[in-house]
Parts: sequence; C-alpha cells; structure tokens
Amino acid sequence: MNFPNDLKYTKTHEWVKFEDEKTAYVGISDYAQDALGDLVFVNLPEEGDEVVSGEAFADVESVKAVSDVNSPVTGTVAEVNEELADEPQKMNEEPYAAWFVKVTGISGCDELMDAAAYEEYVKTCE
Amino acid sequence: MKLIFERSREGRGTAYLPACDVPEKLPACPLREKAPRLAEVPETEVDRHYSELASQTHGVNKGFYPLGSCTMKYNPAINEYAASLPGFTDIHPLQDEDTVKGAAELAERLEKYLAEITGMDAVTLQPAAGAHGEFTGLLLIKAYHRSCGNTQRRKIIVPDSAHGTNPASAAMAGFEVVSIASDEHGCVDLDALRAAVGEDTAGLMLTNPNTVGLFDPNILEITSIVHEAGGLCYYDGANLNAVMGIVRPGDMGFDVVHVNLHKTFSTPHGGGGPGSGPVGCRQFLARFLPHTGSAESIGDVRSFMGNFLVAVKAFTYILSIGAEGVPLAASNAVLNANYMRVKLADIYPMAYDTVCMHEFVMSLEKLHHEYGVSALDVAKAMLDHGIHPPTMYFPLIVHEALMVEPTETETKETLDEAVEILRGIYDAAVSDPASMHEMPLNTSVRRLDEVGAARNPVVRYQF
Repeated sequence: MNFPNDLKYTKTHEWVKFEDEKTAYVGISDYAQDALGDLVFVNLPEEGDEVVSGEAFADVESVKAVSDVNSPVTGTVAEVNEELADEPQKMNEEPYAAWFVKVTGISGCDELMDAAAYEEYVKTCE
Repeated sequence: MKLIFERSREGRGTAYLPACDVPEKLPACPLREKAPRLAEVPETEVDRHYSELASQTHGVNKGFYPLGSCTMKYNPAINEYAASLPGFTDIHPLQDEDTVKGAAELAERLEKYLAEITGMDAVTLQPAAGAHGEFTGLLLIKAYHRSCGNTQRRKIIVPDSAHGTNPASAAMAGFEVVSIASDEHGCVDLDALRAAVGEDTAGLMLTNPNTVGLFDPNILEITSIVHEAGGLCYYDGANLNAVMGIVRPGDMGFDVVHVNLHKTFSTPHGGGGPGSGPVGCRQFLARFLPHTGSAESIGDVRSFMGNFLVAVKAFTYILSIGAEGVPLAASNAVLNANYMRVKLADIYPMAYDTVCMHEFVMSLEKLHHEYGVSALDVAKAMLDHGIHPPTMYFPLIVHEALMVEPTETETKETLDEAVEILRGIYDAAVSDPASMHEMPLNTSVRRLDEVGAARNPVVRYQF
C-alpha cells in the first residue's frame, strides 16, 4: 500500500496536500479505497461551499456501502473535481491523483499525520 | 432464458378483436406517431414466458429464505382467498359509504388490533411501506413539537446500528440526524444517549429487538431519558415479529410506532408486494394523524386507506392465528433463530454470543482473514443449494456480517438441512478457498458484475 511522503493524512483516511498554508487538495487514501472496494458513485460539494475539519463534505458509494468523507481542513471549496462523478473508478485506480476538492482560505485543520505515522496507524486498523 | 422480445415475430400477436369500425375523431396531437413496440407472441409463448420467469424466481413458497431483518415468513393461502373476495376487490374508495360497510369495518377492526398489539391508541393504515410509515410518524412528532411552540427541537437521534431508512426518513422529514454509538453488546450506549439529548432533541428512533437481534435490556431507561429531555420515542416495527403479543412498544415507552404488514403480518414482501406500513400513536398525537379531518392533521400521506387489500390479508392472518397464535408465532420465531444459532456457533462466530431474539448475526471476519473467503462468497454458495442468502454486510457495525432470520414458519427439518448446508460450505471454504470465489455454479446467472452495473447501468432493453 502506498502513502506518499508529501501528503498529510487523517484518522478517517483522507489525504490532504497543501499548496501553501491556505490552500490544499483533499482526497481519500489508498487504504480507504481498498477497504471500500470498487467505488461506483461520489457525491461532491459545490464550489463556494464551506467545509469544516472533521465534518463530512462528500460521500462515496461502493457496491457494499455508502461512506462519508470528512474534510481534514476548514475553508471554502474553490474547485471540484467533476471528473470523479463520471469516472468514480479513478478513486480506486489512482487515489492520490483523484482529488475531490481544492480548498482555499484554510483557517484550521484536524490533527494530521505524516506518511510514516499514518502507515503505523493503518496497521492498527486491520 | 429467452426474453419475450426475442420470442416475438411480427404479426404473430394474440388479437381476437375485430378491427375498429368507429371512425377516429381524436385530434392529432395526443396520438402516437407510431404504435408502441410490444412483443408479438401467441398465448402459448406468453404462458411459457411467465412460467419460466416464475421457475427462476425464489420465494418462500419455493425454498428457505432467511433474509435477516426482512421477516420472510410464509404468506398463507387463505390471505389470498380473502383478498380476492369481490366485496373487497370490486369496490371504489369514492362510492357511498353505506355500500362498503364491510370494508370499512375491516379497516376499523384492523386498526384496533394493531393498536392492541403495539400498545398505541390510534392507527392510520395509509402509509404504503415501512419507510413511508417512518416518514409519517416523524411528521407526527414534528407537528407535535410545532404545536407546543418548540420549533428548536430539530434533531432525531438514531443508533449506529439502525436501519438506513431511519436517518433517511428523518432527513426527508426535515430533521437533523444525530447518530450515537452502540455499546459492546450492540445495544444503546446510555451515556452516549444522555450526552446526545437536550433542548434540541425532537426524538429517538429505535428498533427493539435491535438490528443485531437483541432485546435492549435498558429500554425503559432509554425511553425515559428521551422523554425527560422533552423528546418523543419512535418505534421502528421492523423486528416486531420477535415480540408481538408478548411485549408492546407502548409499554416500552414509545409514542409512535410503525408496523410492516409485509413482514410481521404475513403479507407478501419484496417483488410480490405491495407493502403496507400502518402507523400507531398515543392519544396526544392522534389529532395529527392523516385522514382524521382535524385541522391539525399532517394531511394525507397516500390516497384513501393505503394498500387496502394488503390490510385485508393482514386482518385475515390475525383472525386465523388469533390472540393465542400471535405470541406463539413470536416465540417460535425466537426459538427457530436460537436453534440455528446454537447449531452454527462453533464454526461461524456470532457477533454477539448470547441468546438472541428472532435473528442472529454471524461475523465471518476470521474466515475472511484466514482463508480469504468473504460473507459474499458464503452467501453465493448458498444459492447453489436453493437457499436465499441471509442479509449481508448489515448491520454496518459488524464486519463480514451474515444476518439470519429463519422465521417461525419453517420446520425443524428445514432448519437442520440449512445448518448442514452452511457447515458443508464452511468445510469447502477451509479445504478449497479458491473454489468459493467461483460460486454459484448452478444458477441461471452466475456472479453478476455489480460494479459494472452500477457504473454503466443499462436499464432498458436495447432493441
């Protein structure tokens, strides 16, 4: 399983990639996509929506279940990756390229883990 | 099998009517440009088409159907007889009340029986299914709080083991949903509940026995915590079959209840439907019920009396088994579930290893971890043996869950046979795990491409 070093991770298995202190991309981790199985649908927020760290901002559906996706940061949705709606398999194939939203105006974030800490944490989830 | 369109040949229809000799006077705009494309087949082919469909369908009348939480009990033939009586089938909801007194009496008496069984004071037969009943019940709760001026009560509490319809119905009724964790026994965590209730609590939705098949021993404390906070308690009747005639939701402290006639009261469930989800409530909520004529009524949630012929079947069932039969059905449902549970527990670990009610939940996590055989694989293997698989991957709080509800209408021999089949599947899973991913082998379709179907749905026959 792959956990790139340039990303931060949450306990609920989202990744966040900071462009600068106020701007970041958010998606779900390799572990999350593997645990969920083949994803068939994603419900994305809209541009301009406010997201709050630790609270759900999207949901994903596999043939097994529907799961909330929590935002690792508090801010405003500046861009939405609409491509995921047409090709949900991208979340399985390339979880770290399949960003959900770009968040700007970030004013706070969850406790985030670096790749090494997340890798350790994932071991405790199995 | 061949589709009916594949059997079709142009001009081979079954039309016994002479050509119409009345001139067409309709204006052109509502007329179709060309006739609809229907299959053209002789009656023999139509008959074979439907017979073949029936032979490929699994129902309680064909084999064991232990679909947890769905109460797939046998639908007695006498129900169908009663529902086909012309006094029930050949009437119209708008005809003069004096001419349909029998039907009106049946509805009234069924309402009374359901009120008695649930411990409620008033009942509406309108809701067309369980989730529709939930929605109706939540509207009653909303109307009540509004009538008291408590518009800040906007939150409905549901446990994390709840049926997915509970939070969905609450959201549909305009509430915010608060999910609370279950304790280690799969029951409501009292501390979590105490922490969740407050000035903004509209109510709690609960199934008891709950979705892991256990009767919550703290039920009276649960309902009183919610009441003390000013909220109301909603009973999801999904699992009423385990306790009907023995303990009443009203006596547990609930204010609103829905029952699923298509589960508990032996009317067809699933493709055979339609369903029916009558809602009962305490007297202080009765003025909000649909169809009461009261100015405070939430209004109709469906036309007239709902799915009336389903009510006829449920009424027939209650009269056939009587006041002694209702609790007997419940205790046999519990007995059958426990019989199977005990016969399987040594190889299929139970999620909660204790006496269960009408259903039990097995966790196949160990089998999955050690042999790579999932709950899905075991379910698929059961199809080869003519058994409808149990409910899979629910409740969500149990990993690799299979949820088995045999119901009271199965014989000991059927249960024994199902146990032997499940034990055989386990042996096969341990000795040849790879083969399990190939199951089923003998069904008309093998494993379906669920992912492909969800990502690229083709919902219409392509001519």
